[in-house]
Amino acid sequence: MSTATQMLDKMPGEGQSITLSTVLWRIVLLLAIDGFAIWFATRAFGEGFVSLGLVAVLITASINYIILARDMYPLRWMLVGLFFMLMFSVYPIVLTVLVAFTNYGDGHLLTKQQSIEQITNERYVPEGGAAYSWTGYVSPNGDYALWLQNDAGESFFALPGQPLIPASDTQGVGNLDDKGIPETIEGYTRLNAIQVATNQDIQQIQFGSEADGVQIRSAREAAQLQTRFAYDEAADKLVDQQTGAEYLPVVGRWTAADGTELTAGFRENVGLANFARFFQSSAFRGPLTRIILWNFAFAFLSVFLTFALGLAIAYIFNDPSLPGRKIIQSLLLIPYTIPSLITILIWRGLFNNQVGVINRTLTSLFGIAPAWTVDPWLAKLAILIVNLWLGYPYFMLICSGALQSIPKDLYEAATVDGANGWTRFRRITLPLLLVAVGPLLVASFTFNFNNFNLIFLFIEGGPPIAGSPTRAGHTDILISYVYNLAFAAGRGKEFGLGAAITIVIFFIVAIITLFQFRFTKMWEEVGENV
Amino acid sequence: MSNLTFQQQRYLSYAVRWLIALILIFFSIFPVLWILSSSLNPANTLASASLIPQNIGLDNYRQLFTTPETPFLTWIWNSIKISSITTVLSVTITTLAAFAFSRFRFTGRINMLKAILLIQVFPGLLAMIAIFTLMTQFESIIPMFGLDTHAGLILVYLGGAMGVNIWLMKGFFDTIPRAIDESGMVEGASHWQIFSQLILPLMQPILIVVAILTFIGTYGDFILARILLKSTDQYPLMVGLFIFTSGQFSQKWGPFAAGALLGALPIMIVYLVLQDYIVGGLTQGAVKG
Repeated sequence: MSTATQMLDKMPGEGQSITLSTVLWRIVLLLAIDGFAIWFATRAFGEGFVSLGLVAVLITASINYIILARDMYPLRWMLVGLFFMLMFSVYPIVLTVLVAFTNYGDGHLLTKQQSIEQITNERYVPEGGAAYSWTGYVSPNGDYALWLQNDAGESFFALPGQPLIPASDTQGVGNLDDKGIPETIEGYTRLNAIQVATNQDIQQIQFGSEADGVQIRSAREAAQLQTRFAYDEAADKLVDQQTGAEYLPVVGRWTAADGTELTAGFRENVGLANFARFFQSSAFRGPLTRIILWNFAFAFLSVFLTFALGLAIAYIFNDPSLPGRKIIQSLLLIPYTIPSLITILIWRGLFNNQVGVINRTLTSLFGIAPAWTVDPWLAKLAILIVNLWLGYPYFMLICSGALQSIPKDLYEAATVDGANGWTRFRRITLPLLLVAVGPLLVASFTFNFNNFNLIFLFIEGGPPIAGSPTRAGHTDILISYVYNLAFAAGRGKEFGLGAAITIVIFFIVAIITLFQFRFTKMWEEVGENV
Repeated sequence: MSNLTFQQQRYLSYAVRWLIALILIFFSIFPVLWILSSSLNPANTLASASLIPQNIGLDNYRQLFTTPETPFLTWIWNSIKISSITTVLSVTITTLAAFAFSRFRFTGRINMLKAILLIQVFPGLLAMIAIFTLMTQFESIIPMFGLDTHAGLILVYLGGAMGVNIWLMKGFFDTIPRAIDESGMVEGASHWQIFSQLILPLMQPILIVVAILTFIGTYGDFILARILLKSTDQYPLMVGLFIFTSGQFSQKWGPFAAGALLGALPIMIVYLVLQDYIVGGLTQGAVKG
């Protein structure tokens, strides 16, 4: 062990002189951070973001510990990075993981509390109860208003969404007719009987405030609205005041004995049900098996093809004496230099079935026009071609660097022993190269395993797999399938199932990544430094 | 073959290799040539595009710059602004952290390095829902870091700053001999002085590589920006260009081509000019494994 290592092995921070000014700086910094954090957390709790507030408190506590505790010195160097990682990376991931154990999705978007609130806000027009006779008015912009009179002889002016205004407080009331109804109200025109009879709109409007609503019941009568559902907290059930039916919570749905459900469902823990659906449901299994197989095939073939072409190019042009080598390398690098979103969209245009240049060329040369976006196998081929184009320059760069680092005397020794070019490549170049680029091959595999941009931007997973219960296509990989589950318009959103599949993908990728380190130099190097 | 002189064999081998190179170059630059010719073709649909346009004009470029629905210059400016700020902050964060991982020994060091990598490989797509919710909450607490702001987007990008680059940089720090630290310590320099005055100058090549890769990565990001930004004026270029694909993509091919070319150009130039730096950095990182 060298002297330098020994010095570094001392408790970090020791031997650093701690002056008064560093202490002061630290206190000022802490006060600023904590002051901000307290303000932030208070606001968060005030707005009802409980988990965000808790996370803010937790992170701030850790920051304080790291700044104050002496043995935390190394972490001070990465304090800002850790903060961003925890707040904007780890915290969203944790939330996502938690979603996997719920039925969060369309029909289950609300919390239970929110769903009860929403349902108990529903009003209905009762058959009996307090009633008014009414007269309708309309403003020039089409806003309706009612003049209400009850049996006790009181009159009110009613606007949608505002509490009833007693007649005496109403502004701009004109002359009253013989029934006590104003002929004009400032800003409004009185509706006559025919207008009322033919007007459907006015019957749908809830007048008055939310708690004290009034709605038209018949051509003459308007009624005080009543709460339709009452929540019975002790029995955890909702009772329909109109029909007497009782609704009990069943897996995030308020369900009556006869099976009818209320529209506002809620989010509930479903344990491992999402994972069970992924692994067992026969409806999902068909498309999912295809998607998983293609996912692995796509990732493997992408890595294999890009590596093979990249290595071939590097090997062929790995000769400093070749004239124009620099120009060749620059031109072959071009695919790597363009943002992939742009090139994927360009390729999408080139592969267009009807008007794309590839098919126009093929038609004029051979009289064929392959249906790239319709035929499942051709679509897969097109994706691999595009990915080959996108990916080979990276391996070209990597391999040309790695080739130069292979000792020349190895080749000389092999030549002396009578090995020909192919044998030298197979026995010396390839093994040594694989040691060097092996980790990058694995990294490339994990990248392509989740290459959402390519699949989504190029072809959106199409062509569709017939008979799939959710949107799934022949070129979909797991991550784009998940995207459709969670975000695709028109179908039910299944955040819970989507998150569960995300976790499955994560385990696959994580295992591959850890495997990669077990068998590579990178890992040894870390181990050696311990 | 054997009748040829050594010199002739050499020329033959060059010729064969150049032939292969030409085929490969055709494959590699074909889409680029295609987009160039499309952008100059005034008949701006995909169907009428051809490799050598009938008449050449700048109509597509004019359309790109003058249509109010596609504020192209704003998009480019947004992209450059967001990417530059993210790059500076991200490289700073990464460098400091990598130095600590390379030079200090502390409990949990290996596990932290592993965790950083595993967090990075978590498929972030579904976490977008959580990130979106988080930014909605930020918006009601600190509006300037909320949804539809560049500051908010940059915060989220910085959440991914601690990633593979830490490994790359740590590898580089590891190659710098500890004797340099030691000499500094003998002189009584603090860790910070050793880092900033002795080690950092030696790190310049890898700093440039990581900065370029971060810039390009941010410049090319699509999905996060698309989810977090709502108004057209706030879009970076990649999200802006995606607008063209909605509806009849093949009918807007011309302006798209012009925008794609102009958008790709800055990065292409950076790459080709700094090629040796990038190749050096990537391969050294790679060979080190």
